[in-house]
Amino acid sequence: MRAVPVIVRYALEESLRRRVFLIVLILTAAFLGLFALGAREAFQEVERFGAEGPLFDAVDEQTLTGATLLGLAMFGTLFLGAVLAVFLTLAVVRGDAERGLLQPLVVRPVGRVTLLGSRFLAAAAVCSVYVAGVFAAAAGITYWAGGWWPDRFAQPTAELAAAAVVIAALSLLGSVFLSATANGIAIFMLFGAGLVSGLLGQIGEALASERLIDVSRAASWALPFEALYQDGLSAISSESFGLTSEALQLGPFGGAQAGGPALVPWTLTYLAVVGLLGALAFSRRDL
Amino acid sequence: MAAALQARGLAKRYGALEALAGVDLEVGEGELVGLLGPNGAGKSTLVKIACGLVRPTSGSAEVCGARAGTREARRSLGYLAELFRFPGWHTADEVLALHQRLAGSLGGAAERGELLDLVGLVEARKRRVDAMSKGMQQRLGIAQALVGQPPLLLLDEPTSALDPAGRRTVRGLLEELRRRRVSVLLNSHLLSEIELVCDRVVILARGRVVAAGRPEELARPRGVEIDTDAGTQTFPRASRDDAPRLVADLIARGERVYGVRVLSTTLEETYLSAVGEDSA
Repeated sequence: MRAVPVIVRYALEESLRRRVFLIVLILTAAFLGLFALGAREAFQEVERFGAEGPLFDAVDEQTLTGATLLGLAMFGTLFLGAVLAVFLTLAVVRGDAERGLLQPLVVRPVGRVTLLGSRFLAAAAVCSVYVAGVFAAAAGITYWAGGWWPDRFAQPTAELAAAAVVIAALSLLGSVFLSATANGIAIFMLFGAGLVSGLLGQIGEALASERLIDVSRAASWALPFEALYQDGLSAISSESFGLTSEALQLGPFGGAQAGGPALVPWTLTYLAVVGLLGALAFSRRDL
Repeated sequence: MAAALQARGLAKRYGALEALAGVDLEVGEGELVGLLGPNGAGKSTLVKIACGLVRPTSGSAEVCGARAGTREARRSLGYLAELFRFPGWHTADEVLALHQRLAGSLGGAAERGELLDLVGLVEARKRRVDAMSKGMQQRLGIAQALVGQPPLLLLDEPTSALDPAGRRTVRGLLEELRRRRVSVLLNSHLLSEIELVCDRVVILARGRVVAAGRPEELARPRGVEIDTDAGTQTFPRASRDDAPRLVADLIARGERVYGVRVLSTTLEETYLSAVGEDSA
């Protein structure tokens, strides 16, 4: 266990010295700046509509606007978190072994499982802190722009962070088998597949199609980052009701399904299984 | 006392390819053993099994009495891979510090300074790896392998990127390691280098040991050459023991003798004869 902080530090230093963090910081600032501009404009526009007389008395325009904007921010945050998770982990095993970076480390009395676990810890810590920070900033911006705060804050923050951790774990597992480029492509395709299945579920809800809903549900269990994202998305407007809730359901970021009580234990089990598979495969791999 | 490295019936298959087909090899304490063989003979696979990077299909390998690949075995060895890279953003000193932490070495700055001095990189201790030449990186790789004073060193082509001066530095380093009783398995294509520094040579071909022994044992007699006033005379069937008699016969015949040479094959000739067509 003495080696864990050494490898974690090595992984973080790698990101720092390769200027990964600097680039992420700059792009995140750009994203949040654009989001602030868009949020301000959207709330002002809705306010102007309201001054001319409400379209529907029963719709809470501030909640509809705020939840939609923060839903959009959640999508953007998860995407940025996924990019960070993938780039921190895509080459950890096979990619680094092909470049000759891994062998000098593996022959040290560290243990392959410790090495893989430490790289996961480093990536998970960075991604979860990053995603939580960006989401908190987006929620703050939404409040600043229109005075709206999500119905639940801690739960979606934690779920979004956990979703990024699941992506990091999948990417780390993929790095045992695939070269860096192939792994990056595979994980982004899985990420895309998860999001598409979520949208299919929303369409299924709207059309009352049991088959589409079942497909979406199965995909969410297979790729729990999607279920976590959906659960977090539904939590930000969990207390809305009536026409406001109906209007939210019709939007691209409003028809999310709550994951239910099995989501957290399933995510933990999923992470444990992915970790176990990665450790087993890595310990048997010739380098 | 257990040998620094002991392999028994070591075999490795990569699918249909048989990289090692039952290799027995031993490196004793303080012994410097050279591993020779053509490309694809299984040299790197053997070294990788010894340091736990590759799992054998059958057979066993032990490092200082511990099964190869275990933490105990890895604690006892230093390894320089044939193809390796250190993070470009690290300085030479940082590379060694990282490996000290991973190896649990308590040597600190003094050990790092000594190792950099040993490989001639003291001036470059603050230089980043990506600003180093390939030869400097290779010398840094050797220093890295020596972190924690391991009793066994596995060097896979340690001089492939070095210029003649760099090779001389490494030869001096190997002599120093012999003085310190460090066991070394040196995998190299450079026969002259192996001949100059190694106590014993093992030649691999097609995954098997085809010749092994001290360099002088591997050399075969090739006759005696005697310089006389009539020119150089060669006696191809004669041995070292025949030389005094041959000289006496020539003098008795009234010839003047200026020099006598006992001929034997070089390591290169022994190697080419042992690996046969694989050397092409």
